[in-house]
Amino acid sequence: MKSSHAHDAEPVLAVRDLQVMYATAHRGVLAVRGVSFEVRREETLGLVGESGSGKSTTAMAVLRLLSPPGRVVGGEVRLQGLDLLRIPERDLRRVRWRQISLVPQGAMNSLNPVMRIGDQIRDAIEAHEGHQPPGRLRSRVSELLETVRLDAGVARMFPHELSGGMKQRVCIAMAIALNPALVIADEPTSALDVVVQRAVAQTLLTVKRQLGMSMVLIGHDMGLQAQMVDRVAVMYRGHIVEIGPVLRVFEQPVHPYTQHLIASVPSLRARQPLRAAPSLDPEEVRFEVGRLEEVGPEHFAAVGRREG
Amino acid sequence: MSSVTLDEVVPEMVSAGGWRTSPWLNAKFLVGLLLVGLIVALGLVGRLVWDTDLARVGSAPLNMPPFWVTGGSLAHPLGTENSGRDLLALLIVGSPATLRIGVIVGIVSIVLGTLLGFTSGFLGGWVDAVVRTLADATLTIPSLAILIVISSYVRQLDVNTMALIVSLFSWAGPTRLIRSQVLSLREQGYVRMARLSGLSSFDIMFREMMPNLLPYLAASFVGHASAGILAAVGLEALGLGPQRVPTLGMTIYFALQSSAIIRGMWWWWGFPTLVLVVIFVGFFLITVGLDEVANPKMRRAR
Amino acid sequence: MSAPLLHVSHVTKVFGGPKPVTALQDVSLVIPGEPATITTVVGESGSGKSTLANAILGFLVPTSGRILFAGRDVATLRGREWLAYRRQVQAVFQDPFSVYNPFYRVRHVFDTVIRRFELAHSRREAQRMVGEALEVVGLRPELLDKYPHQLSGGQRQRLMMARAYLIKPRLIVADEPVSMIDASLRALILGILLRLRDEEQISFLYITHDLSTAYQVSDEILVLYRGRVVESGDAQKVIERPEHPYTRLLISSVPVPDPRVRWEVGRMPEDLDVD
Repeated sequence: MKSSHAHDAEPVLAVRDLQVMYATAHRGVLAVRGVSFEVRREETLGLVGESGSGKSTTAMAVLRLLSPPGRVVGGEVRLQGLDLLRIPERDLRRVRWRQISLVPQGAMNSLNPVMRIGDQIRDAIEAHEGHQPPGRLRSRVSELLETVRLDAGVARMFPHELSGGMKQRVCIAMAIALNPALVIADEPTSALDVVVQRAVAQTLLTVKRQLGMSMVLIGHDMGLQAQMVDRVAVMYRGHIVEIGPVLRVFEQPVHPYTQHLIASVPSLRARQPLRAAPSLDPEEVRFEVGRLEEVGPEHFAAVGRREG
Repeated sequence: MSSVTLDEVVPEMVSAGGWRTSPWLNAKFLVGLLLVGLIVALGLVGRLVWDTDLARVGSAPLNMPPFWVTGGSLAHPLGTENSGRDLLALLIVGSPATLRIGVIVGIVSIVLGTLLGFTSGFLGGWVDAVVRTLADATLTIPSLAILIVISSYVRQLDVNTMALIVSLFSWAGPTRLIRSQVLSLREQGYVRMARLSGLSSFDIMFREMMPNLLPYLAASFVGHASAGILAAVGLEALGLGPQRVPTLGMTIYFALQSSAIIRGMWWWWGFPTLVLVVIFVGFFLITVGLDEVANPKMRRAR
Repeated sequence: MSAPLLHVSHVTKVFGGPKPVTALQDVSLVIPGEPATITTVVGESGSGKSTLANAILGFLVPTSGRILFAGRDVATLRGREWLAYRRQVQAVFQDPFSVYNPFYRVRHVFDTVIRRFELAHSRREAQRMVGEALEVVGLRPELLDKYPHQLSGGQRQRLMMARAYLIKPRLIVADEPVSMIDASLRALILGILLRLRDEEQISFLYITHDLSTAYQVSDEILVLYRGRVVESGDAQKVIERPEHPYTRLLISSVPVPDPRVRWEVGRMPEDLDVD
């Protein structure tokens, strides 16, 4: 995966050959098998795949937040030059949230139900910056809420008083509180209704543009990816099978799995005739993963012949 | 931070279940079983290798200490007490009796608890209100005090009667606990499906829900058996137990009555106490071990 | 014009408590007796769609209004009639895992209904029926001996559809049957829906928040918003020429998988006043 000549600046995040294994009593399985990608300044990279693809595991591995029995067994992760996998935990904690942060899957359900929103945001800030003068903190919380287009009064509310979309925007506010260079959003809109999803997705994009951040958007909805990302990486069973500018990947998908994913999005514009009932159980169909090779400008697909 | 479960990440990794990973094979459960098993063996095997007639009064020299103390002999390895009964024989006869009390109390608790807890939890309405009120009332009664009163009135007490008396109050707790389990199980998706399949309430309760409660019921059984033994020993230590059967508690009673502590005859009350401790620890470990089985903490098992 | 299969007539459901919640307000819908159709109820969370499903399935009783199945008021059915109703109206639910009893192998799901509804008179006949049901959904019989956690979500959901097929009901209520399934498998399951309609004359009440799948499989669509039906009609017409502002908002919010056609910047949902 080469960094293109067109972008002079160093990528904000560079992942090379990341491998994550889940080890159990009988066997170990590689959930992430040598994944490499870059995220450039102010760009949104989509990481799309279905269950079992390893996309969430990749995100957790980048932040070293994997819980056992998962662990990273290979590769490197460079955040603005810093190798995240090898620095001591103490330094990593300083990097987390200040330079790279996460909106985890199901974040809105992990808000503390007995704490007011404002206090939770304040806690998140203080956990990473140390104690702050309360006045200054209050105005920061207000600013954050405004950035995610929530009323300042939300700070005094409890999570159960907010709708799903509002809670999710609170989580986004927490993730951007320290103005990181990169935010990883793991399925940020999955549990939301379609109208609210659009609002939250657009909030995310607005925030990102306003603060000049980069973003990794993890999801399984190709439609959402098409709307939100600059480049997209398609994951399948622990591999990246296609990666490239979003327009190219959607217009000319090369890898069969990518084509399959795109075709699976039901259209709202034309009613398609029913596909013939398959003779083979489609869940048992496996796609071939070849070597990544360049199939267009900055567009790579895993269709190359494997050696050995 | 949220963790990613194995099922979400690598579906094919979910094990087909193998005995090596079975949650039943956890250390606490096995050790507990072993301890209780030892006591059961003591009773079963003991009477085959040792003469249980030695538990009768006057069958041995009085007040002999265990064999490793001067004055003791291997003929009566654990010593004898002040009416000439051999301690080892007393333990061999008494342990099964005590265990039996526990088993009876456990069974009564679980059977009543299941029947009442299921019906009140599943059916709700007035049935629930009645059962719940009765159970709550029973829970507030100081059971030991009442048991003392009842026991002192019953003339001829045998082991089974003893056990039934102790069970009088033991049904209330399991009823409440099982009821709350049923309340949460009732919301499960498969209960809805069972309704859609036209299953009767009885079928839903006992064919669909109960099998999922088996580890919990087993733990409850063991817990109540243990509590039953404790209550029985409490009554016996006050002399309110079956006079003719040398249960562990009765032996301790006689020891205390005969001032065994002051006389330094530690073996008389010491060995029965030791057996009781082993029983309680064993039961406790089994309960804790079963708790691991009942709680789907091992995500792989789901 | 034959009698309607299902007639939901001005159903209102209010849940009591300190702050009463009106989940459904004067909702009506008709599913014709023939031909078999797929009627979709589209709504987001809070729209009352699950309440509607539960009412039709007999899990709760409307506060006012009636639900008539083949002319009979569902709330008045008892005993044998109730069992007959169960046989005619089945369901597939959203969560493909929790609908299975983890204690039993998945064949338990079939054995239960065969036994209860007396669908077969001999072991062999039962086996044949189950085999045929599995074929319809594209699953192998070996899967019957597995436990629920050993199957994938798609397989479990298909098995539930096989179970519904086995009973040969007249109506299947499918409550978000594909929302917890991977995108690439959804077409498969929706295809089964279509086949059951066309080949077995089974009607569906498909409940979803996903307009795209609704568009692909429905004959009729009803749009539910905060307990009320705001728009209804032929599926193609509702999607292609929506009239109600909420329907229009829903349609425009669906992310189109084409990077050239991006959302217009919209207002926040809280700002919207669609009543």
